[in-house]
Amino acid sequence: MLHLLEIRNLHVKVGDKVIIKGLNLIIKPGETHALMGPNGSGKSTLSAVLAGHPSYKITVGLLRYLGKNIIKLAPEKRAGKGLFLAFQYPQSIPGLSVEEFLRTAYNAQAEIKKNKKLNVLEFRQLLEQAMAGLKFKIEFLSRSVNDGFSGGEKKRLEILQLAIFKPKLAILDEIDSGLDVDALKLVAQSVKRLVTAKMAVVVITHHQRILHYLKPTKVHVIMNGKIVKSGGRELIAKVERSGYEQFIS
Amino acid sequence: MSRPSKTILNDKYSYGFHDSVKPVYSLSRGLSQRVVEEISSLKAEPAWMFKLRLRALEIFKNKPLPTWGADLSSIDFSKICYYVKPSERRESTWAEVPTKIRNTFTKLGIPQAEAKFLAGVGAQYDSEAVYHNLKTEWKKQGVIFLDMDSALREHPDIVKQYLGTVVPLADNKFASLNSAVWSGGSFVYVPRGVRVNIPIQAYFRLNAQNMGQFERTLIIAEEGSFVHYIEGCTAPVYAVDSLHCAVVEIIAKPYSHVRYTTMQNWSTDVYNLVTKRAVAYEGATVEWVDGNFGSKVTMKYPCVIMKERGSRVDVLSLAFAGEGQYQDTGTKVIHLAPDTSSNIVSKSISRGGRASYRGLLKVASQALNVKSKIKCDALLLDEKSRSDTYPTIQINASDAQIEHEATVSKVGEEQLFYLRSRGLSENEALSMIVSGFIEPVAKELPMEYAVELNRLIRLEVDGSVG
Repeated sequence: MLHLLEIRNLHVKVGDKVIIKGLNLIIKPGETHALMGPNGSGKSTLSAVLAGHPSYKITVGLLRYLGKNIIKLAPEKRAGKGLFLAFQYPQSIPGLSVEEFLRTAYNAQAEIKKNKKLNVLEFRQLLEQAMAGLKFKIEFLSRSVNDGFSGGEKKRLEILQLAIFKPKLAILDEIDSGLDVDALKLVAQSVKRLVTAKMAVVVITHHQRILHYLKPTKVHVIMNGKIVKSGGRELIAKVERSGYEQFIS
Repeated sequence: MSRPSKTILNDKYSYGFHDSVKPVYSLSRGLSQRVVEEISSLKAEPAWMFKLRLRALEIFKNKPLPTWGADLSSIDFSKICYYVKPSERRESTWAEVPTKIRNTFTKLGIPQAEAKFLAGVGAQYDSEAVYHNLKTEWKKQGVIFLDMDSALREHPDIVKQYLGTVVPLADNKFASLNSAVWSGGSFVYVPRGVRVNIPIQAYFRLNAQNMGQFERTLIIAEEGSFVHYIEGCTAPVYAVDSLHCAVVEIIAKPYSHVRYTTMQNWSTDVYNLVTKRAVAYEGATVEWVDGNFGSKVTMKYPCVIMKERGSRVDVLSLAFAGEGQYQDTGTKVIHLAPDTSSNIVSKSISRGGRASYRGLLKVASQALNVKSKIKCDALLLDEKSRSDTYPTIQINASDAQIEHEATVSKVGEEQLFYLRSRGLSENEALSMIVSGFIEPVAKELPMEYAVELNRLIRLEVDGSVG
């Protein structure tokens, strides 16, 4: 099967600091990968690099998405090609309503994907369908993007975007952080419902709980900018039991 | 959409404008008693107005330039043409449209899709139809809406009674200058109890009547009346001699409600030095929406004096300081009476320029139970930009409730990245952030103005439209 994402010997610098140091990862359509690791191990850096953050410089390595080198591809172009990052810390945009934001983004992606753009009414329909199950009130749409949102609301807005953009590859960066048990369940079940047979998902997390819902096909442990261990779901329990230190070689 | 824009769309800057440059009548440059005499006699004014002009001229000559705010020392008052015969002025000024404004209109006007869009809005908001329909209705109810010159001819008593009562001749050097050489401007009079429910839009009328660069506007709302006056926007309003000194006086009688909206985009070589002030009597409400784009220097401090009990003021202002521009703006609220309240929201955006908030809040000792809330937000779009806040607060009453809040934020890389990761280009992302920032102002504008404001923002941010 064609690789959806292919990362080989990736080295990434922010400023003068090398954060990712020779990372390898292959993801195929339909797979769910869990990426676990301690703070500062490079998890969030990896997600930012995949989405094309301009501050992160790839010094060495190969990064291919859908068979093409995307190192120089702008973030918006990656989004248009079905790469989606759910942010650990979604940014607030005061004065920009959720609905306008989502519609503009949807249509911007539609243009790149050569899909039909939707007018206000058409998009509203799509939006209302996508919102069902995420426990949003309709008033939510007129609020400013992430402005004054609770932690749970921010994460649910990320999931709502997952539902609307229907990416090929979804990277969920600590989508479970800062959520209480019920909110976590809602988020995790929503993700599960939204993942289609062809969609690949990378779940970046500290905790096993969300992985109980999402049942990853592969689990990786990342430490000090490298994947130090890969395996199946048995790794989750191992991390849970004995922490990350055991993987230091 | 505004009448001027439509004209531009249709004409597409036909070269005809270039051929009709020569003003038929203009005074020689420089300011002297003779110039004032000529202006007054050309207008066949009453003697009292002529005397007022002369008094103002004396004050102007003796007043020094302000030593605070922007540097105004490069204004050469002897090089300015203080009067161009109105009937010719439009053509001459059209030919002199500075390149930047011309480009703005070209960009606004040329694309076909835009033309269609504008026509659609125009059909719903046809200013002309609204104007004509209203005209008879207003007249029947005694509402007066004229340019100032006509008002002085047709209603000299009202003009005499109020002109200069809110902004005295000696208020500041530029108010004196305006008083000496004023020409054009709007006159609005709303009789007792009359509610003009559709905004009075000055821009197309002013265009037809040739708005001057020293225009004088007087708005009088009698007891219990309501009026919303709008002017400006991207109408072809710009100065011939790069100095614009307007004076606006608003009188809000007891329990009246006046809303004053202005949205202006000046050529980048203009010194825009205006004095705008309102007086609010018992229980009156004054709402002020003030947008400033362009110009080299703008110094503008809309002021509302709450003279009697229970009056209320809301001011929303917006300034955009582009490359090399200095927007020195702010709101002055003066609480002279008990139970008065003011709410001020000031927003500035800087992209390569400097935006300052220079505000004044004054509460007199007899003004008990005053509430005032001031919020200044500055948004910086790049490293070169600068924003300052100079609030002056003088509270002489014992129980005033005052809130003052100032924020400065920079468009963050993370915000841009968040939006870009959703499929928006960098410029689209920036426009959305800026549009969000000004949303509190945009939502207070009539639809066609809000549309135009957003387009202006996009032009400023990424030089493109739509």
